[in-house]
Amino acid sequence: MIRVDGTGKSNSLIQVRGLDKTYRRGGEEIQVLQRLNLDVDKGDFVAFMGPSGSGKTTLLNLLGGLDIPTHGSITVAGDEITHMSGNKLTQWRARHVGFIFQMYNLIPVLTAFQNVELPLLLTKLSKSDRRRHVETALGVVGLAERMNHYPRQLSGGQEQRVAIARAIVADPTFLLCDEPTGDLDRKSADEIMELINRLVKEYGKTVLMVTHDPVVAKRADTTLHLEKGVLVEAGELGVAAGGVA
Amino acid sequence: MKFRGLIFANLFRKKLRLILTIGSFAVALFLFAFLAVVRGAFNRGADIAGADRLVVINRISIIQPLPLAYRDKILRIPGVKAVTHNNWFGGVYQDERNFFPQFVIDVENQRQVLPELKVPDDQWNTFVQDRQGAIVGAKTAARFHWKIGDRIPIKNSLFGGGDTWDFNLDGIYHSERAGGDESQFWFQWDYFEERMPQSFKGNVGWYVVKLDNPDYAVSVAKAIDDMAANSSFETKTETESAFAAGWVKQFGNIQFLIMTIGTVVFFTLLLVTGNTMAISVRERVGELAVLKAIGFSDRWVLFFVLAEALTIALVGGLLGLGLAALAVPALAAALNGLLPTLILSKSILLLGLGAAILVGAISGLLPGIGAMRMRVVNALRRV
Repeated sequence: MIRVDGTGKSNSLIQVRGLDKTYRRGGEEIQVLQRLNLDVDKGDFVAFMGPSGSGKTTLLNLLGGLDIPTHGSITVAGDEITHMSGNKLTQWRARHVGFIFQMYNLIPVLTAFQNVELPLLLTKLSKSDRRRHVETALGVVGLAERMNHYPRQLSGGQEQRVAIARAIVADPTFLLCDEPTGDLDRKSADEIMELINRLVKEYGKTVLMVTHDPVVAKRADTTLHLEKGVLVEAGELGVAAGGVA
Repeated sequence: MKFRGLIFANLFRKKLRLILTIGSFAVALFLFAFLAVVRGAFNRGADIAGADRLVVINRISIIQPLPLAYRDKILRIPGVKAVTHNNWFGGVYQDERNFFPQFVIDVENQRQVLPELKVPDDQWNTFVQDRQGAIVGAKTAARFHWKIGDRIPIKNSLFGGGDTWDFNLDGIYHSERAGGDESQFWFQWDYFEERMPQSFKGNVGWYVVKLDNPDYAVSVAKAIDDMAANSSFETKTETESAFAAGWVKQFGNIQFLIMTIGTVVFFTLLLVTGNTMAISVRERVGELAVLKAIGFSDRWVLFFVLAEALTIALVGGLLGLGLAALAVPALAAALNGLLPTLILSKSILLLGLGAAILVGAISGLLPGIGAMRMRVVNALRRV
């Protein structure tokens, strides 16, 4: 169950409490997130929607340990990440977070195989074990046949599938998707959402996704709306006593 | 190493840029090696000069003679062990391009004063008994394919000029010191003196003085110059290394010139490669941010940038030094002995490689630190 009122159970996979994020631009302070609470359980698939500048990507960056909150805490699988040092946070990201970006962000000079292998280079896996993991991940996204292709030799949808394989290859605790279909046509977007849904349903992955697209958001179990830095509205299933189920 | 693929993939991202950058290193290192070889050639005389030897020349110029009578006077100065004298002959063998130095030597004292130039005793004895005899350095003998017993005609171009002097090659000398001069051609003072016009007789070009102890160098030099003071043939006495260094200075300040060119070359190389690495990093800020996002630490990012810069430096450096290793012997042959022996020593190669690595490290360090400090969130926003 996903809750936004800070009353979630203590063993939630992701617990966010009183999260503030303020940027200073020029002499002006801009509060992007305000006293935000969130509880996400393992296997949840939540979509964040909201207008530009509402803080969706900032929230995703904070949850992924790419940015540090001004106030508040984020706990993932029992690890409080808001006070981790830079190096520790980097190690934590490698172990717990799979990132899927709007522009795929593959390394153009590496093949699909090499792109997917990148997170595994940080592990102690042998070369043969790495190969096995990469082939499995590419098999899950349906691109085992294209492992030696470079990103420029793939379509947008295929590139995003490689990016998804890269995100899941190290079996992270959760996936963060920032507009994963934002650069794709409808057909490719549907295929990607089908794949992400499969990761949730078949492989029990926890997915937090930012999107502008209501059609894409509908594929999530729950949709939360961010308005001026506040989670103001629950998904289509409605808010029940502060909880969204 | 499991990151090799990533490093090489990034290196080959822009092949033309890679080739040009490696080419910059190769050209710079080739130039460095070449300059170092030339510098070494000019300085070799000073480097291998005997610490216990003085050279006495005419105070006006080395081309002005000194009287033979000074020999006995110098010998009487305390601290002097032996004295020998030489004249420059300046003859031509077949063609003016076949240059090699020819010295008139004092047979009695030559080997005592210059013991490092070794001639087998039997060859030396033949030479001493042969008025037209000659001893030649191994390098010159090899250059002209001379062997003992050959008749060597040398055209006299200085003393009265025009006539040809014939010599019998009686021996070949080798230098005991690495890099020692093995290009000289020696013949006897008596033969020289006999054929000189009357006006030249009784004059020597310079003296070489062997000391009992190198510590006496200053006092003996002063005593020799004092002995000749206010005469028609005042002397200038200095240690052999100072003499050799002074000889080099006649060509201009070679050391300064070479150091200046070398510094400019490396500084330019640093700017070129630093700029190239900065552009290369700036082009893929987003990719480096992704690497950081998926768990590569700041140090890894710095390592990748440095590894690329160092690989370019190493490959370019080795290429340049390899080309120099091929070119220097060819150049030495083409120069026909106009310069002292050109040697591309191990120390030059190691110094060059060290300099290349240093330039590579510095050129990669600044963009690498920039990439290391880059905030992932800001960089991803730019993608």
